[in-house]
Amino acid sequence: MLAEALLLGLGYNATLVTVGAALLGIAAGITGTFLFLRKRALVSDAISHSTLPGVGLAFILMVAFGGEGRNLIGLMAGSALSAWAGLLCLGWLVRNTRLAEDAAIGAVLSVFFGFGIVLLTVIQTMSSGRQAGLESFLLGSTTGMLWNDAVVIATGGALVLAVVALLHRPMTLVAFDPEYAAARGVDTHRIDLAMMGLVMAVTVIGLKIVGLILIVALLIIPPVAARFWSERAGTVALLAGAMGGIAGYVGAAVSATAPKLPTGPIIVLTAFALFAVSLFLAPSRGVLAALLRHLWFQRRVHLRQGLLALAQGQPIYERLTLRLLRRAGLVRSDGVATEAGRARAAKALRDEKRWEVVRRDLAHEAAAALYDGLRDIETVLTADQIAEIDRQIGPPTGVTA
Amino acid sequence: MLELASNKGERSADPALDTSPLAIRGLTVSYGQKPAVFSVDMTVRPGRMTAIIGPNGAGKSTLLKAALGIVKPLSGQVRVFGQPLDAMRARIAYVPQRASVDWDFPTRVIDVVMMGLYRELGLLGRVLGRHRARALDCLDRVGMKDFALRQIGQLSGGQQQRVFLARALAQGADLYLLDEPFAGVDAATEKAIISVLKGLRAEGKTVVVVHHDLATVRDYFDDVFLIATRKVAEGPVETTFTAETLQATYGGRLATAQVDQLSQALG
Repeated sequence: MLAEALLLGLGYNATLVTVGAALLGIAAGITGTFLFLRKRALVSDAISHSTLPGVGLAFILMVAFGGEGRNLIGLMAGSALSAWAGLLCLGWLVRNTRLAEDAAIGAVLSVFFGFGIVLLTVIQTMSSGRQAGLESFLLGSTTGMLWNDAVVIATGGALVLAVVALLHRPMTLVAFDPEYAAARGVDTHRIDLAMMGLVMAVTVIGLKIVGLILIVALLIIPPVAARFWSERAGTVALLAGAMGGIAGYVGAAVSATAPKLPTGPIIVLTAFALFAVSLFLAPSRGVLAALLRHLWFQRRVHLRQGLLALAQGQPIYERLTLRLLRRAGLVRSDGVATEAGRARAAKALRDEKRWEVVRRDLAHEAAAALYDGLRDIETVLTADQIAEIDRQIGPPTGVTA
Repeated sequence: MLELASNKGERSADPALDTSPLAIRGLTVSYGQKPAVFSVDMTVRPGRMTAIIGPNGAGKSTLLKAALGIVKPLSGQVRVFGQPLDAMRARIAYVPQRASVDWDFPTRVIDVVMMGLYRELGLLGRVLGRHRARALDCLDRVGMKDFALRQIGQLSGGQQQRVFLARALAQGADLYLLDEPFAGVDAATEKAIISVLKGLRAEGKTVVVVHHDLATVRDYFDDVFLIATRKVAEGPVETTFTAETLQATYGGRLATAQVDQLSQALG
């Protein structure tokens, strides 16, 4: 069943939804990356919640003019206008009051959302216009998705991506270093507005499939997950697009395998799975890699300390140190150094003395900066330089133990 | 008086406005109701290194940012090479304070330097081999070529500052404005930066630096501009950087460390 769904074998509607969700995911992931890099991720929450009054008002207007009331284009236009109004309120609050952005987001988000819910309640009591199902914009609903709806999503997504491609350089510049961007003559305010406009467009396109409450997840989770894998903004954006697309595709396919599985939430959970995998398994920024690095580092510190203690004939009490030394074959089980252990200890002590010379000598300034008590001196200095230092120290000294 | 009257209405009434790399007249910038910079005139001389000096909160950085249009002034005018700022953007390079940036941003050293080519690349222009070569060359000039592919967060503070300077170099500008480039950097970086700046001067470029270390003013700079919200003095270091002008600039606000520096600097 799942295999069939993933191969788009579950019928016309399921196929439309799956392809549409994948396109939406790509657009959301790439657009969201710039929002995330600009550290404005939460603004998307304000934008998405601000769409609700627009949905309600557009419905009422269309019914008042004798329309059907549930025309997707009309509802999208209404939601875009009210999201823009929310964005303007947010901008005004931040610029002209002492409210910080997070507080302003909370205020705008809740007031617009509350107003939207009131409008929906009013609409429930209206007699005309087939109002049933308007609240599906909250969490998305894909039953009865039409070819036209899919075309709207695909076209909208493609337009969003085209604008992102056009503006990716200034958006990256503004996100990294807004003052420098301004000094180069980039209108940072206008670039920010364009970015918000893109986020708004993604939100509006996504109303049908994931709904306004969960669209935030598609804008934020893919970039955050992608960030674990790359140190380059462009790569992060493309990876986020890929992850968003996969989340949309797989999520929609999974939700099509059983009746009553909600599409939007399943897409979000799929995105979360990708995030969880990235969080733990990403090679350099992942949690697991960090843990392994920490353990490896701890091991090096303990071995080094143990060797220096052996060399100076000091007793070792630290259990971990003893265990590591024993496992490396450097001490016997009774704590006495082996042949190899004595040799390594002597070398460790010798290296410490060499480092002392290096750190005293201004000519070795660059090398001295690398001293951390662990680094092997051979990785920093040439054999000739070490020989010269050894001449200064004098003949090798033996191990006392 | 007659001569003056006959010149009235012509630009030559203030010839520096037409020729100076950076001429500022009557500039006032305020944050809220408190002016950070009040009615300041400044005339930077071409081909020289100028230090902007003053106590903390005296408006040094603000002056620079207003000159670049990063903050909007309440009043006053800025002319760059005799033209309005926007016409001359390509000829000004800016090195902001290191702290103004998130160093965990996903970008590599060479990508940052390539930001200096922003105008040249345009919105969709492809990054070509010659662009990369130029970025590497600029990194080489600040001694950071080996770090080109590192993530910027892995650099030390001084190295980050040098990368910012390389980004400014990549732009190939004629006027360089630097905000506290020597703040909190290591000795090797300070040496590298000052030698690059002196090299720029030797090529006839103009360099303006917001500077805090009074002890090095005489070694590094040709001109000083002393500011304490208002302009205190402006001119060549030998004649303008004196105990009198410094007293007027810092008033009672000199920290003990600065007083020590001062007595050293003035001999």
